[in-house]
Amino acid sequence: MRPDEVPQENAPVLGGVRKLVYVVDSSGHYRAACSGGSEIETSPTEEAVAWFARLAAEARARAARGESSPLEYHMYRLRLDVPTLAAAAGLWQWRVRRHLRPAVFARLSPRLLARYADAMGLTVDQLRTLD
Amino acid sequence: MPASATDQPAPKVFQHRQSAHCESGVISSLLQHEGIPISEAMAFGLSASLSFAYIPLVKINQLPLIAYRMVPRFILNGLKKQLRLPLRFETFREPLDGRRRLDALLDQGRLVGLQSSVFFLPYFPENMRFHFNAHNLIAYGRDGDDYLISDPVFNGPTRCAARDLSRARFVRGALAPKGLIYYFDGPVPRTEIAPLLPGAIRKNCFLMLNVPLPFVGCCGEHLLAHRLRRLPVAKDPEYCRRFVGHIVRMQEEIGTGGAGFRFLYAAFLQEAAALLANPRLTELSLELTAIGDSWRDFALHAARMNKARAAMDTALLADTLAALARRERALFKKLRAAV
Repeated sequence: MRPDEVPQENAPVLGGVRKLVYVVDSSGHYRAACSGGSEIETSPTEEAVAWFARLAAEARARAARGESSPLEYHMYRLRLDVPTLAAAAGLWQWRVRRHLRPAVFARLSPRLLARYADAMGLTVDQLRTLD
Repeated sequence: MPASATDQPAPKVFQHRQSAHCESGVISSLLQHEGIPISEAMAFGLSASLSFAYIPLVKINQLPLIAYRMVPRFILNGLKKQLRLPLRFETFREPLDGRRRLDALLDQGRLVGLQSSVFFLPYFPENMRFHFNAHNLIAYGRDGDDYLISDPVFNGPTRCAARDLSRARFVRGALAPKGLIYYFDGPVPRTEIAPLLPGAIRKNCFLMLNVPLPFVGCCGEHLLAHRLRRLPVAKDPEYCRRFVGHIVRMQEEIGTGGAGFRFLYAAFLQEAAALLANPRLTELSLELTAIGDSWRDFALHAARMNKARAAMDTALLADTLAALARRERALFKKLRAAV
């Protein structure tokens, strides 16, 4: 990449952060330049953000109808899924999947709830509600 | 207390340096603070960290792991070995112990490298916060309840509340940092770099060409190309779109990205060419730059297909990737012959 090819638009997904990239100047030497983020890197990130947002919205609607537990909504809202949440909370995946059922979630012990809350950076009360 | 901490005349003022990649940036900043002029590219190349891996068995958000460099801590460990650095690693079971130890080290006026999660760092922009647990940053002091942080990916130094940093350091899960801190425990020796370069370059050639695993190096690139050809475009277009987007995201977003690593290694080859007075390395550096540019073009195509701005054509992507793999294989063979 040459210095004049460095993207200068301020991509919203980077939140004003300017990244450092290595470019080749006219004499053929590498030097550092600041990049505002190009379409190549920002669009897949937006995509991933949107994917979690959509899953969270669907989970929220299901939880509001009583078909799913609030845990599922918070999981997707915090950009987690079952394997990552299980790893973060230190539980088996099948247990996490089971806890997504509202009836099971309602009976969860305070200790287990605290474990989820701790792993997700929430309070137990937040975890129980669809804030 | 090692003697080196006390016989220095005055504590040096820490200067923040931005870098393209977190791990190479952190170690380069730590070394430059000690007066050892190792650039980020040199740190990356000297530890032979350029790579490629496509590991279908390890999933990230239901998609396979694709990496464009060696595993986290490879740069730190590689440089430690090459330069015989007195780099000391510590992990903790209890967050409170980790915090006390960090405070103690900072109060001694040391720089401390940390591994942390990206998601729980409040100074990251909201949309960049994903659950990636192997981010590296430097703590260079504290002020009340805040830590003074130099995050190499950002333009300037920043701050982070103790509570947030503690949470980010002690997340569980894949690549859990376990509160990892690292710092120089003793005087840093001044090593002549030039004699180490041929070995480091040969090691990277081995990693790209000869690792006997089908998913690593140039073989891994061919494997991913093969997988791209077999994507169920007709049956599950949504999955294909996500798969293609995922390749780009792993390449361009997660830790500077694949093309970024190619440019970083090309910059290293340029430095190596000057140190070894070997013009052949300059030519190969330019060739690797051209390959990096092609990686960016590949990512641009894929990003457009992912956004449905262009028709999904996995065969085209697979051919481009296979061509890239062939070019990289040829380049590393030449590189091995050149040193």
